[in-house]
Amino acid sequence: MNLASEPLAFEFFRQGLAASLLVGALCGMLGVYIVLRRMSYIGHGLSHSVFGGAVIGYVASLNFYLAAGIWGFLSALAINATARSRRIGADAAIGIVTTASFAIGVALISKTRSFTRNFEAALFGNILGVTPLDLLVVALVTLAVATFILLFYKQLLFLTFDPEVAPIYGVRVGLVDSLFALAMAATIVASINVVGVTLIAATLVIPSTTARLLTDSFGRMIVISTLIGALAGGLGMYVSYWLDVSSGATIVLLEAALFVVVLLAVSIAGRRPRWVEEPR
Amino acid sequence: MTGVTPLVRFDGVSCGYDGAPVLRDVKLDIAEGAFVGIVGPSGAGKTTLLRAMVGMVPRVTGRITLAGADVRSSARPVVGWVPQLETVDWQFPATVREVVLMGRWSHGPWRAWSTVEDRHRVDALLERLAIGGLGDRHIRDLSGGQQQRVFLARAMIGDPALLLLDEPTSGVDLKTRDEILHLLADLNHDGMTIVLTTHELNTVAAHLPWVVCVNGRVVAEGDPDEIFTSEILGRTYDAELRVVRQDGIVLVADAAPHRLRDALRHRHEGFEHAHHEHPAVDHVHLPHAE
Repeated sequence: MNLASEPLAFEFFRQGLAASLLVGALCGMLGVYIVLRRMSYIGHGLSHSVFGGAVIGYVASLNFYLAAGIWGFLSALAINATARSRRIGADAAIGIVTTASFAIGVALISKTRSFTRNFEAALFGNILGVTPLDLLVVALVTLAVATFILLFYKQLLFLTFDPEVAPIYGVRVGLVDSLFALAMAATIVASINVVGVTLIAATLVIPSTTARLLTDSFGRMIVISTLIGALAGGLGMYVSYWLDVSSGATIVLLEAALFVVVLLAVSIAGRRPRWVEEPR
Repeated sequence: MTGVTPLVRFDGVSCGYDGAPVLRDVKLDIAEGAFVGIVGPSGAGKTTLLRAMVGMVPRVTGRITLAGADVRSSARPVVGWVPQLETVDWQFPATVREVVLMGRWSHGPWRAWSTVEDRHRVDALLERLAIGGLGDRHIRDLSGGQQQRVFLARAMIGDPALLLLDEPTSGVDLKTRDEILHLLADLNHDGMTIVLTTHELNTVAAHLPWVVCVNGRVVAEGDPDEIFTSEILGRTYDAELRVVRQDGIVLVADAAPHRLRDALRHRHEGFEHAHHEHPAVDHVHLPHAE
C-alpha cells in the first residue's frame, strides 16, 4: 500500500476526506466574497456565534444543524444590520453580537460539564467523528451555496464591487444580503466538524487571499480559491493521518504555507500584488 | 428648464437622510435630451439631487418622476450612473470587461457567464469610447481618462434613458477633463440625456448649455451665460465671486484673489521684521508674492 491508498482502506478516512475536500472547496468559494467585502472579521465572529447556538441546541435537545443553523443565520442578519448602523462602529457591534453568543455557549458548557468533550470537537474540529449525516449535510450545503453563487453571480459581483451603485441598477440588496448571510451561516455550521470553530475563519480567508495574488479577474479568483481550498482540504487529511495531527490545524497550516509560497513567488517574479499597494 | 418633454420632474421635493433635509422645496424639470450641470458648494446637495433622481435618497416628501414613473417604482426607465472615481476600489479583482458587464446584469440575471452577444456589445461600446482592446486589462492598469470611460461604458451598456455622473471631472488632469466633456457632448448630440455634478464653474460655463445652482435648494437654473452672475453665484456659494465676460467667454473668479496673498505677505513681513538678523528669513520664498 502506498501513502495515498493506505488510509483509504478506512471508512472514517474516506468520509473525512470527502468532507474535507467539500469543506475546503466550499470555504474557498464563499471566502472570495467574504474577503472582498472586507467581512473577514465577520466570518471569524460568526463561527463563534454559531458555537453558542450549537450549545443551546444541545441543552434544549434540538438537532445540532437546526439549532446552530438558525442561530447562525439570525446572528448573520444581526451582524449585517449592525454593520450598516452608523450609531456604533460596525466592528464593535459585530464583537458584541458574536462574543456574547460565544459566551452563552461557554457558560452553558461550564454549567453542564457532561458534554464538554463534544464541544472540544466543535471548537477544534474532529474529522474522525464525521458521520454519514455530517457528510450529507456538507454535500448539500456545498451544492446549495454553489447554486446560490451561480444564480446570483452577477448580483453578488456588482454588490461586492460597488455596494452604493448596485441598487441603482436594480440589484436587490436586501434579498442578496439575506441569502448571503444564510450561505455564510450554513457554510460555518457545515464546516464545524471538519475544521472547528476556531479555524473556520482561516479556511474562509486564506485560499481567497492566495487566489487574489494569482489573478486580477474576479471569475478566475473564485475558481482558483475553490481549487486551493479543496486541495488543502484533501492534502491536509493525508498529512493529518500520517503525522497524527489535528485535521483542521493541518488544513489551515497547508493553506498558510501555500499563501507564503505564492507571496514569495509573486514577489520574486516582480509581480507585486496590486491589492497590497498604496491606494491611488 | 424649458423643453419638450420633461424626462425628470421634481415637484415640491424636500429630501435627505437622517436629520434635517439636505434639499428643500425643489421644483425642477429636466428635458429629454438635455445636458445639465449641477453646481454648488460642498454639502449643498448636488449628489443628493442626483441620487434622488434614481430613488436612492431615503427621506423624500413631494414627488419625483422619471419619464412619468415614480423613481422608486420598478417601472422607471434604466438609468446609467457613473460614480466618482475616488470612491472606486481599484484593488478589486475586476477586468474592464467584468466591470462593464455589471451594467448589463439584468439581461440574463440568473446566468453566471456572459454570452457572445454580451461580449460583442462590450467590444463595440469600448471601441466607441476609444478604449477598444482594453477589455482584459485590470481596471487599475488604465489612465484616469480610460477609467472614466470604463464606468461610462458600464453606465451605457444597459441603454439608459438618462446618464448621471457624479463629479466626472474631479481628480483628472485638464486634457482628460476636456476629453471626458467632449465625449459627453458627443453622447448628448446622439440624444442621450446627461446630468452631472461638478465644482468647476468655468468648465460648466464653457461646455454645458444648462446649469442648476444648488445650495440646500435650487438657487437658479438656466443658460450659464445668463445665470452666472456675481449675485446668483454669491447666493449659491455664500461667497464673493467675480464674473468676467469677454469675447463670449464667461469666467468665474474669486472676487478678492489677493486677500490670502496679502495676508501671507503681511505675516511674513512681521516675521521678517522680528527676525531680521536670521539669515534664512531673507531667502524665504512666497509663491506669487511679487
